Amino acid sequence: MSRSVTTQRKIINTTAAWAVGLLIFFPILWTILTSFKTEAQAISDPPVFLFFDWTLENYTEVQERSDYMRFLWNSVIIAGGSTLLGIIVAIPAAWSMAFVPSKRTKDILLWMLSTKMLPAVGVLYPIYLIFINMGLLDSKIGLVVVLMLTNLPIIVWMLYTYFREIPGEILEAARMDGASLKEEILYILTPMAIPGIASTVLLNIILAWNEAFWTLNLTAANAAPLTAFIASYSSPEGLFYAKLSAASTMAIAPILILGWFSQKQLVRGLTFGAVK
Amino acid sequence: MSLRVSMLAATAVAAVTVGGASAETTITIATVNNGDMIRMQGLADEFTAANPDIKLEWVTLEENVLRQRVTQDIATKGGQFDVMTIGTYEVPIWGKQGWLVPLNDLPPAWDADDLLPAIRGGLTVDGDLYAAPFYGESSMVMYRTDLMEQAGLEMPQAPSWEFIGQAAEAMTDKENEIYGICLRGKAGWGENIALLTAMANSFGARWFDENWQPELNGPEWTQAVTYYMDLMNNYGPPGASTNGFNENLSLFQQGKCGMWIDATVAASFVTNPEESTVADKVGFALAPDNGLGKRGNWLWAWSLAIPAGSDATDAAKTFVAWATSKEYTALVAENEGWANVPPGTRISLYENADYLAAAPFAEMTLASINAADPTAPSIKPVPYTGVQFVAIPEFAGMATEVGQEISAALAGQQSVQDALDKAQAIATDEMEASGY
Repeated sequence: MSRSVTTQRKIINTTAAWAVGLLIFFPILWTILTSFKTEAQAISDPPVFLFFDWTLENYTEVQERSDYMRFLWNSVIIAGGSTLLGIIVAIPAAWSMAFVPSKRTKDILLWMLSTKMLPAVGVLYPIYLIFINMGLLDSKIGLVVVLMLTNLPIIVWMLYTYFREIPGEILEAARMDGASLKEEILYILTPMAIPGIASTVLLNIILAWNEAFWTLNLTAANAAPLTAFIASYSSPEGLFYAKLSAASTMAIAPILILGWFSQKQLVRGLTFGAVK
Repeated sequence: MSLRVSMLAATAVAAVTVGGASAETTITIATVNNGDMIRMQGLADEFTAANPDIKLEWVTLEENVLRQRVTQDIATKGGQFDVMTIGTYEVPIWGKQGWLVPLNDLPPAWDADDLLPAIRGGLTVDGDLYAAPFYGESSMVMYRTDLMEQAGLEMPQAPSWEFIGQAAEAMTDKENEIYGICLRGKAGWGENIALLTAMANSFGARWFDENWQPELNGPEWTQAVTYYMDLMNNYGPPGASTNGFNENLSLFQQGKCGMWIDATVAASFVTNPEESTVADKVGFALAPDNGLGKRGNWLWAWSLAIPAGSDATDAAKTFVAWATSKEYTALVAENEGWANVPPGTRISLYENADYLAAAPFAEMTLASINAADPTAPSIKPVPYTGVQFVAIPEFAGMATEVGQEISAALAGQQSVQDALDKAQAIATDEMEASGY
């Protein structure tokens, strides 16, 4: 039953929502604005907000100094690859947990999530040594696997929650009609779960795109993605704020645009199961 | 063997040999993001034109990320980098560990004897040179000539801490947001501890006595830190406990600092009219002393070293020799002017009339570097090398914790004595745990 809302209340709610939204967006806005300032304007006190001489020189310089497309391409491969691989592994796992649960399913799910509680740096050296032995340092394939593993608990959890909303009877009916396990998952379950899978994919692409621990520690020149591109513009000695902002803006632009176009899908995926 | 088979075999061998000789060697260079290093990347085409069989890959990272990244790689023999940019803190430690390739056999034209003795000493372990200095820096006093004149004072070329205190008081005008002195307050072994260790040296303090016993709550450290605290609390900018190099640089450039004691590399930033509002009103002086015969200035050299795990040592040496040579200096001068050449590593640069004319801060930089002695940093004897640091692996972690205590005292959360007592306990525990 919906509650009747007075106009005054509506205005207050809308204003509050916009205020919170702007507050959250402000750091990104400030980064974008700073990227159009000169280095001197970027640090001026009091800070200048909109009324300064807009310049593109930071972007020109960043373009000259770094091969943006190479970093971008690496980001696309690593974020896309790890998400795709994660989905392939997670769909059967979530299927078994949702439709043929055992006594221990809940425990396994919680245990999977508990691996996210260990700070990544705790396993940096073991993973680094494994990477040296397997020749995976500074390779895209190595990062695809590591990022897939770090995000796998979230992928499985999201898919599991989504699958549980699908009536098991439909799958049963398919089985009665003679569908094999592969056909059941591929032709019955997956098409029905497409919206859930889509929002899982989107969220994981964003997580993998922004991942800055493994991507910085396991790469050098060949597989370095956009996080390394940003890191190369930060400096404790010397003023690089405007150039750093330009590099950041270039690095977040693709994912920001992707997020903008798919926001409906994202919100739906994230709030799924909240309303029953 | 038939003739045909042996012909084929010979051709195959020849093909392999020729293939091997013309194969391109790729060297990966890890470097920091600062003006001189960026300039080197821009000029590297000259190197590859002269050495077409060597390809350069650059990994530029922020200083702290770089330090962590290369340490991790060299300690695990990961072999990711063929040339690393490291400083005077890492070189003696890594050299002793056998992690770096000695550079004693660089070509004679490279002229090792032309290196400034203080810099060369900091990069040498047991007679072996383990890194080639790219640029060197010390610290000095940068001050506003106009404010000094207004205050009716004249900065001596070699001031004492007492004079710095008087001048700071006279220049401070808090209503107009002008603070007599800006110093580092941000916690970290390369931040406030770099300044404080160098400052403490001039007060006669040392980190450890000859038996590696910490002396952080002794009378000399107490005197030095109390003086620093008084300066900052009375004449420093608000929120100084979070100010590092960049924050102070920005304050100085906006005309809010009367004096700033920091890296000599800042001289070119504060005198650059495109960035600085006070570019034509800056004077320089040596770092202060306390009448004890040591000045409170540090010594640092960003240097190029080759990790022992590199599989392209020869190509890496060729590159290192090029990037740190006199010819490279001349190349920068030709392309970007003498004021932009990497300073502080070679005697010949400070004998070059063109350079001395283009860089007004050159003589002060040289005098500051020469005043620092990494082998005898303090007045009393010490068991370690390093001016603003102690070249042992335990130092970075321990000094950062000590820095946090002092930063907390500057923020008013505890007294100087409490901070130094805690610092002493931190250092004692760490040294005991490490078996000193």
